[in-house]
Amino acid sequence: MNATTEKKPRLTTSAMIASIASEGQRVTAAPFGKAMVELGRNRPEVVGMTADLAKYTDLHLFAREYPERFFQMGMAEQLLMAAAGGMAKEGFIPFATTYAVFGTRRAYDFVHQVIAEENLNVKICCALPGLTTGYGPSHQATEDLALMRSIPGLTIIDPCDALDVEQAVPQMAEHAGPVYMRLPRGNVPLVLDEYDYKFELGKAKLIRDGKSVLVISSGFMTMRSLEVAQQLQGDGVDVAVLHVPTIKPLDEATILAEVRRSGRLVVVAENHSVIGGLGEAVASLLMRSGVATTFRQIGLPDAFLDAGALPTLHERYGISTAAMSQQIKGWI
Amino acid sequence: MSDLSTLQQSAYRIRRYALRMGEVQGQGYIGQALGWADVLAVAYKHAMAYEPADPQWEGRDRFLLSHGHYAIAFYAALIEAGIVPEEELETYGSDDSRLPMSGMATYTPGMEMSGGSLGQGLSIAVGMALGLRLKNSHAVVYNSMSDGELDEGSTWEAAMGAAHHRLSNLICLVDINNQQADGPSGKIMGFEPLADKWAAFGWHVQRVNGNDLPAVVAAFDAARALAEDKPRVILFDTLMGKGVPFLETRDKNHFIRVDPPEWQQAIAHVDSTQTEGAL
Repeated sequence: MNATTEKKPRLTTSAMIASIASEGQRVTAAPFGKAMVELGRNRPEVVGMTADLAKYTDLHLFAREYPERFFQMGMAEQLLMAAAGGMAKEGFIPFATTYAVFGTRRAYDFVHQVIAEENLNVKICCALPGLTTGYGPSHQATEDLALMRSIPGLTIIDPCDALDVEQAVPQMAEHAGPVYMRLPRGNVPLVLDEYDYKFELGKAKLIRDGKSVLVISSGFMTMRSLEVAQQLQGDGVDVAVLHVPTIKPLDEATILAEVRRSGRLVVVAENHSVIGGLGEAVASLLMRSGVATTFRQIGLPDAFLDAGALPTLHERYGISTAAMSQQIKGWI
Repeated sequence: MSDLSTLQQSAYRIRRYALRMGEVQGQGYIGQALGWADVLAVAYKHAMAYEPADPQWEGRDRFLLSHGHYAIAFYAALIEAGIVPEEELETYGSDDSRLPMSGMATYTPGMEMSGGSLGQGLSIAVGMALGLRLKNSHAVVYNSMSDGELDEGSTWEAAMGAAHHRLSNLICLVDINNQQADGPSGKIMGFEPLADKWAAFGWHVQRVNGNDLPAVVAAFDAARALAEDKPRVILFDTLMGKGVPFLETRDKNHFIRVDPPEWQQAIAHVDSTQTEGAL
C-alpha cells in the first residue's frame, strides 16, 4: 500500500448492519417496537413471538412492556410459525418476528400450510429484507417477495420508513388474515412525514408528481427514488414517485392510472431480486391490461450477492441513489 | 367415562367405519386406521371433553391430527363421536366431500388442523397450549402423530419448546407402527431409544401397547392426572391392520390396495370380533 496515497476509510460489514440510514439522516429508533407497545395497550389479544431475535427485530420493547404476552420460541423458525398459527387458532393476534431469510426460506412450508392455508391471523414481521445486511446470501433475503407473493391469501407489506411502519402496524392488526411485513429495524429513516402521506393497507400513493419519469417503488427504494427525483430535478428531469407499500394485493387501479398518463418512462425500483418481486408484478399487470409503455427495472441481480458494507453493495448492485440516478439518466 | 366393553365397541365401530370408507376408494391408509382405532376410541369416548353439536365449543379439548393421511381413521372417530354423520362416510375422498383423503381443517367439522405436511402438528399444539394457558383455559391439546414424523426436525423443535414452556396442557400421542412410505420406520431412520429421547427433552413419557385397551386407558388417565408441569407423551406400539389378520401380516402395508371382495372379508373379520354381530 502506498503510504502517500490518501486512503478512503475502508467500510466494514459489521459497522453497517444496524441501519440503512445514511449519515445525518433523520431517523426514528425502533418504530416497530414502539408501535407494538402502543398496539398492545388497547388490544389484549395481541401477542409477540420471536425466534431468538427479539432484540434484533425491536420486539424487545413489547416484551419488556408485556412480558406475559411475549413468547420466546428459541432459534426454531418452523416452531415459531406453527406455534403462531396455534396462537391464532386460540383467538390471539400473534406478531411473529425473525429475519426475512429464516421467516421465508427456512419456514416456508409452515407459513404456507399452517398459517396461509387456514387463513390464520398471524402477522409475520421479518427484518433484513432484500439487501439490508452485508452478511452475504445466508442473511440476504433477496427473494423473499417472490416466495411470499406466491402464497395465496397472504398480504405483503414493504414499508418505506418509520412513518410507514408506525402506521402499518395497527392496520395489520385490524386486517383479518395473514400478513408478511418486511421490517426495517433499529434506527429507521424518517422520510414520508415531509410529504402529505398516510399509509393505507392495499393502497399505492403518489408521493411526488413529475412529467418525465414515473418511478414505482416499495420499501426503502421509495426513499432512494425521492432522493433521485431531487437530484435529477437539477438536470431538468422531472421524476414522479409512486410508493407501493402493499405488494399484495397490488393496487392495480392506481398503478394502471399512473402508467396510463402518457409520455413517461416507467421504472420499477425495488430492494429485491428482479425475479418475482414488484417489478415482475407490475410488468405482468401492464401486459395483462394491454398497457404498452417503456418499462425498466431497477432491482437486485439474479445472483448470490457479495458480502461487504451496505453502501458498497448498494452501489455495486445499482440500488444506491447515485447508481439509480445514473441509470435513469442513461435511459432517457 | 366409559367402561372397557363400551370402549371396545367404539374401537370396533371406528375400524368398521374406516373399512367402509376404504371400500369407497378401494385403497387407503387402512392399516394405520385399524392400528390406531383403539387410541382414537379412548381419546373420543373416554378422555376428551367436547360437544358433538358444537365442534368449535371453546371449552373442548383440542385433538390435532398431524399425520393428515390418518384422516380415514379420524373421520371414523368423528362419526363415532357424533360430530360427523355416518351417512357421510360414503363421500370419503370424493369430489366436494367434507372428508378429503388428507385431513384439512377447513373441510371437516372437528378437524383442528390441516395435516399432511408431516411434523407440523406438535408445533401448532405448542402455540395452542400457550394460548389456552394465557386464556386460563383448562382444555387439553392432544397432538396425534406417526413415528415417521419423528424424522422431521420440527418435531424436536416443538419438543424442546413445549418442555421449555412447561406445557402441562399438552399430550402428544405417537403411533409407533414401525411402518412408513419406504419401509419399516426403524430402518428408514432409527429413532430408538425413543422413550429416553423424549425424557431427555424434558417430557413425561409412557410407552404402552396401543392395542391393549386397558393399557391405553391407563396411559391417558396417567397423562392427564400428572401433577408435574411438563408436557406428556404417550408412545403407543400398535399393529398395522389390527383386527384383520390378512392385513396384519401383509408386507408393505403403508398404503394398502385391497381387492374388492377383500373389503367384505375384512369387515367380516372385524365383525367376528363382536359378539353382537354387524352394525
